[in-house]
Parts: sequence; C-alpha cells; structure tokens
Amino acid sequence: MLSESTTTLGALIRDRGREGRRGFALPKNDVADVDLSSVIPEKHLRGKKPGLPEVDEPTVIRHYTNLSRKNQAIDTTFYPLGSCTMKHNPRANEVAAATPGFAGLHPLQPESQVQGALQVMHELQGFLAEVSGLPAVSLQPLAGAQGELTSILMVKRYFEDAGDDERTTVIVPETAHGTNPATATMAGFKSREVGVDEHGGVDVDELREAVDGTTAALMITNPNTCGVYERNIAEIAAILHEAGAFLYMDGANMNANLGRLRPADAGVDIMHYNLHKTFSTPHGGGGPGCGAIASIEKLSGFRPDPVVERNGEGFRFARPEKSIGRVAGFHGNFGPVLRAWNYIRMHGLDLRDVTDMAVLNANYIRAKLGDAYRVPYNELCKHEVVIQPPEGKRALDIAKGLIDFGYHPPTIYFPLVVKEAMLIEPTETESKETLDDFIEAMLQLAEASEEDLQAAPVKAPTRRLDETRAARNLKARW
Amino acid sequence: MARFTPHTEADIREMLDAIGLDSVDDLFSDVPTKLKEDLDLPPALSEYEALRDVETLARKNTSGLPMFLGAGAYDRIVPAAVGAMLSRGEYLTAYTPYQPEISQGGLQVIFEFQSMISELTGLEVANASVYDGANAVVEAALMTARLTKRDPKVAVSDNLNPRYRQVMEAYGVEISELPGDGGTTDFSAVPEDVSGVFVQSPGYFGTVEDIEAAAEAAHGAGALCVAVCDPVSLAVLEAPGELGADIAVGEAQPLGMNLSFGGPYAGYMATREKFVRQLPGRIAGETVDADGKLAYVLTLRGREQDIRRARANSNICTNQALTALAATVYTALMGPEGLREVAQLSASKAHYLAKKLADAGLELRYPDAPYLWEFVVEVGEVSGVNEALLKAGVVGGYDLGDGGMLVAVTEKRTKDEMDAFVEVVANSREVSNA
Repeated sequence: MLSESTTTLGALIRDRGREGRRGFALPKNDVADVDLSSVIPEKHLRGKKPGLPEVDEPTVIRHYTNLSRKNQAIDTTFYPLGSCTMKHNPRANEVAAATPGFAGLHPLQPESQVQGALQVMHELQGFLAEVSGLPAVSLQPLAGAQGELTSILMVKRYFEDAGDDERTTVIVPETAHGTNPATATMAGFKSREVGVDEHGGVDVDELREAVDGTTAALMITNPNTCGVYERNIAEIAAILHEAGAFLYMDGANMNANLGRLRPADAGVDIMHYNLHKTFSTPHGGGGPGCGAIASIEKLSGFRPDPVVERNGEGFRFARPEKSIGRVAGFHGNFGPVLRAWNYIRMHGLDLRDVTDMAVLNANYIRAKLGDAYRVPYNELCKHEVVIQPPEGKRALDIAKGLIDFGYHPPTIYFPLVVKEAMLIEPTETESKETLDDFIEAMLQLAEASEEDLQAAPVKAPTRRLDETRAARNLKARW
Repeated sequence: MARFTPHTEADIREMLDAIGLDSVDDLFSDVPTKLKEDLDLPPALSEYEALRDVETLARKNTSGLPMFLGAGAYDRIVPAAVGAMLSRGEYLTAYTPYQPEISQGGLQVIFEFQSMISELTGLEVANASVYDGANAVVEAALMTARLTKRDPKVAVSDNLNPRYRQVMEAYGVEISELPGDGGTTDFSAVPEDVSGVFVQSPGYFGTVEDIEAAAEAAHGAGALCVAVCDPVSLAVLEAPGELGADIAVGEAQPLGMNLSFGGPYAGYMATREKFVRQLPGRIAGETVDADGKLAYVLTLRGREQDIRRARANSNICTNQALTALAATVYTALMGPEGLREVAQLSASKAHYLAKKLADAGLELRYPDAPYLWEFVVEVGEVSGVNEALLKAGVVGGYDLGDGGMLVAVTEKRTKDEMDAFVEVVANSREVSNA
C-alpha cells in the first residue's frame, strides 16, 4: 500500500501559507499615507496582528475548489430534500444578479438613481400578489423564518392597534416546521399545539376546542408537511375568522400551489414565500434567501418599511402607515429578489406546469415505493411524500445508504408525527429516468442487510461523524 | 416548459398510469378551492428576451460612478477570485449542510469563516453568520437579555446605525438613549436595568469609540457589552474582545460582497465561549468520523428551532452561507497585511479628502473625534449638492437630513475623484450661499 499522502499542506487555509505571502494586490496610494497613530489614540489601535491566512491566489483557488468537490449540490446530484424544494437553478438568474447595473447599486442611492431596481421590486410585488391572491406584499424579510416572524409581528401590531389585548396565543399544528413555534415565542405569543387527523391534516375538532378570544392566529402549512392537502382548509379558516383571528400560511410548500390554488381563495390572510425554494433563487449552501410576505388589505398598513409603490411614470419607496418598522438593514435581499423576478418572467403562465410536474413526480415515487416502504398517508400527495422504512430499519441508515448510491438523502425525522419519517420532495426539474434510478436504489436499500446499512456511507468524503463529540468538546475555530 | 422540466407527453402518460390516474388534473382532485381563472401573469420569455429586459432595466439605474456613500454598506474592491468561487455550483446549489458526510466543503468553509471572525474580534467563538448586520445587532440584544435574565433593554447612542435601532424596535427591544458628545458616546450614566450596552466603532458618523469605557460601564450595571464593528476596521483597531466586549457583531458586507442594492450581505456574531449556548444560529464544530478522520459538523443543535421548537433561543433557521463564503475567500486573499492595507488606504484617502474640504472652507461636524474613513461634513442643502455631484459624474454622500453629509471613502477612490468631489461641493455651496 503506497502512502496515502505526501502533502506538507495542512487541511485548513491558514495552514497552507507562510508569513509574508499575499493573495491580492491593491491600487497604490495616490495621496499621502496617514500615520494612524497620529489621528487615532494609541489605546484604540490594534496590538496583535489577527491570525489570518497568508496565502497566494493560486492556493486560495485550489483550496476552495477542492473543498467544493466535497459538497453535493443540485448541480451534482438528485437532491430530494423534503420541505426544501431543491429544484434546478436556471443560470440566467445568476447572469441577471451579476449585471453591474444592479450588483454595484448602493441601497442608499437616491430613488431617481435606482428606478430600474425599484421597477424590479414593484413588479415582483405584483407577481407575488397575483400568485397568492393576497395584494399587500413586502420583499424585505431576509429568510423564510423572518417572513414568519414579520407576519406574526404584523398580526400582533394589528391587535394592538385595534385595542385588543386578549390575543396571547398562536396555534401551531404538531406537523409544523420548527420555525413556526419558535417564531410565535419570539413574537411574544404563547404557542399552543393542535394534533392531526388520519390524513395528516389539522384535527378540526381539536382546533375548534383550542380557538377562542385569546387566539391571534393559526400557523398552517398547505399542503402540510406530510405532503397532503389540507382538505378542511375552508372550515379551518372559518373557525379562525369567526373568532376574529387570522389564518397564517407557511409558504414553504408553494411549489404545490402555483397556478392551481391561490392561498387567498382558501381563506389565508397572510403568508410568507420562500423565494429560494419556490422561485429557485439558489440555496447557496444555506442562505441567502428571501422570505417575502403577502397579506390581505386589512394588514397592509403594518408591513415593514419601506415598500415600493408607483409614482407617476416611476417608482418610489413608501412607509406603510402603521408599519412594524424594519426587519432588515436595507431593502431586503435584492439579489434573490432579482433572480425570482427573472424566474417568474421566464415562466409566466407555465408556473402551473412547475406545480403539475412537481406533484406528478412525488406521486410517481409514492406509487413506486408503496410496496417496499410504508406510506402513512397513502392517498394523493402533493409535491412531497412522507414514507417510513420497512419494519426494523431506521430512516437514518437508509439515508446514509442513499449517499453511497450518490444521492442526497431526503429530510429525515420530520414531520415529527411520523416515526422514522423520510420526507421526499423530487421537484419538477427531475426526469422520469432520474426518479427510476432513485426508486431502484431505495428498493435495494429496503432489502439491504443491517450490517451494510450501518456501515454506510463508505463512498462519501467521510464516514459517519461523531456528533456527540463535536458538542461535548466544542471546537468551533482553529 | 421543456427548458427546466424534462417531462415529455410519453413520460407524463407512463407516470400517470403507474399512479393510476387519467389526467394531470386528477392530481388535484383533493383541492376543494380551485382557481377561478388562470393567473394574470405575462407570457413566458426565453432566456435571451428575459436578460435583454434585465439589461434595459439595469440602464435605468445609475451605476459605475465613483461613490462616496457608506452609512453601513461600502463600495470596496471585490477580487475576481471571490466571484469565481461563489459561482461554483457545488456551493451555489447546495442546501444547509445537514448531511455532513456530503457537505464537508460547506462545513469547512463555515469553520474557517468562524475562525477568521474569532481572530478579528478577539473572541473565542463565532457563529456561521446571520441574515445581515442589523439582524446580528438585534440577535445580540436578545442574547444579552437571556444571559442577564433581564428584559431586552439596551443602551445606545445616536452613533449606532439608526437602521439597526429600527430593527431592534420592530423586534420589541426597548431602547435607552445614551448622550453623545462631539461624535462620541458618553458611557458614564448607563441605567441599572439594561441588559446590554451597545457601542458601534467606527460609529455611524465614522468616529472611533471607546469600547473599553462601554464595557466597564456595562459591567458596572450588571449588563453585557456589545461592540458593533466594521470587520475591515479590525485590521487596525483593537479587537473588541481585548477591550472587554462580551459580544461583537457587525455587517460583513465590506469583506468581498457586492453592494447589490442592500443584500444579500451577512451579519457576523462572536462571543466568549461561556456564552456559546445562548449564541443563535448555526455553528460548525470539529469532530472525527468512524475512521477517526478529522471532519466538521453543525453542532450544539439543541439551541436551534428545528430541535427545540417553541423553546429555541431564536427562530433563525438559516445563515448566509454563500455570502459568508465570499467573506472567507476575501479574507484569505487579503490576509492580515492586505486587510490592514485596505484600512490604511481608506483612512489615508478619507483624511486627505477631509482636509481638502476644510481647506475649501467647509466644516467637519466632529473635528476633534478620531475617525478612519467616514466623516460628517456640513454642506447645508445636501440634496442639491448631490444633484450637482451627479451632474459631474459622482455619487455623493448620505444626506443625514440636518445639513450634514455622511461621506465614506474606500480604497477605490482616487485623488482625482476626490479633488473633483471637493470642487463641486465647494462650488455648489457658494452658489446656494450667493
């Protein structure tokens, strides 16, 4: 066996350099150098040089390129991660975002200098209002979780404004994303859970029990996180509205609604979008995203400041009358906004095909895996399907086995109401052949031996990790 | 539809047969509320047409001019290597690294980012980033409340970026005013009931503040000290961790991120190890795999919303992985010397410009306060001066609304650009004073 490695280079970028190496040349100073110690009191000046890498550009490029090769991504593999909508990212969106006339814009340039950017924002506000049926849009929230928080803060401010101080509770189904109850708490509400019925939908009887004059809102996901459409949505909305409360929708699953259902038609009052999911602004390895919100007219005055409105021939920023304030330093994540706007313009009415094919793909997987795996809600699913491994096998082991087949595993152990849950979301951008190959891998894993499954993965850059050790002996820096 | 969705009619037919349905519409038979009519959206465009419109709209913006705007976002040089790494699909199109075996690249980048932030701030542990600088500030405010077991109430002066303050107000953090004095904050009278004392240095007005005084005042009141720092400034200014700050936060945009009309940027957060369990957001930590090989994983997950739900210490789910990658690549390219040179160049040029303005008869608002690369100059009617600057092909400074212009200078600005700036400002003032 030959030696595995002869490198003198360490694994971290800091270990790959040498004191005195530089990776970038700056322009020469064309004015006099100021001696900082003559303009800043000595006690404010840095004593010790920070321990940063000292490397050249070729080393930087090679290091981060090689690291990237240890990452699986949509560009390299099928990525059926439930609740995350890992669809293909059209490259035209990247070209749009990199256009110098947008990429170089300062957020505080006067409105007259940013009319193109304001037009993009205004048009996207219109698109999102049209798709949801909810007319009042804000593009400011920087992520889905912040879209949730913004929505719930708006609801809170609505009741404060109405002089109603009884509304202390937000109801959350037990199938909800973890961000929902965390959001309710963060906004200063008590979070109360309701159970689910045999379809994975909100248990209407339990909801009726739970709703009263202290209810501010229900946070619902539709289709829900079990991949099933909330068939009682109209009744659910009625229960809330009769109690003077709002129906909020977590829009993580909008990829099942485009052109097929407007949340407003189902009685939703306010919702957030995940532009990085539904409209394919890339996930970027976990951010940046955009958690734009849309609401009924009654809540529009509470939106974050500013929103974009028409101003004769042009556009301007405006502060909604009773705004909750700001949730971002500037106007939101304009890069994802521009990409989503471009994505929607490239699809137009074909957005419905996006939803149709996403739902077709999920149901195809459900049909093909229904014998080897348990499907707790084995009925028409929407854009994702929740399954359970065969008796005696663990979701975690199947997931790690999929890695050896070259796939990114689905979401596991979520939703919490399903034991050993595996939540599969194929998205519309995958072909039948890709799905067939994945299904074949899943069928083989259903038959695999305990020993092989527990050893997996063996073909990934690393084997299974000792996660307990990472938490016990925290080492979060070099 | 064929561009991004591969389904042919034959595919659709075979798949519907496998499911046991007749038509695509049948996939939605469980949806009781159907669309009343088609959506009112413009017709689908080809890539060429869509991008042609992007160009058209981009031309409606004023860009590519020398810029003196800062106020929280800075026109700094972004090396080509940064964009090259950001465009790699393995980073761009990955999700959060929840499956560590196939996400070691992203995880190691986060680990390196955290390490760099720790080095710059002089604090033991940093998170993987949060949405932006304003959100790092509000999360730090909430963190001080949890750690001191007090209500979220923070002492700040007007030298904290007002937008950061507005986000704190939206999140229900109570604000207690500290008096300012000639561009720097007076920390001598911090109320006894605050959970945190904030000090921004360089401040909103560009002045260098006394973090040590803020930390002493905070600790005297049983509160924590949060320093808000431009990461580039930390190449030349003392690390907040060395000065007694308990938490350091800020906007990482100056580290290799495009201005991009306000986002995406990234907020950084660092703190002392003993406070790590109250740090929100993701943290990558080192561990080993089943073969004993070094590897990275998201750790201390028990703090987070997906595990703890209603009892999480924040609802934050994501970080800003891609922009944090930009910061990491940028900082690696620059290194300690490069970063120091960026700070030194910016400061040299800013002091040159300030002196030229003073020589032309303009007054600086805080002539005695130390500053690096941002300062306030009294120009009277700022919007008129900025219009004159635009005619001369320059984007002027930020209108503070009270006759002051907040001027920012970066390593990009040249002597000629600054001389032109002074000439226009001096002339347009003479015109308005005539």
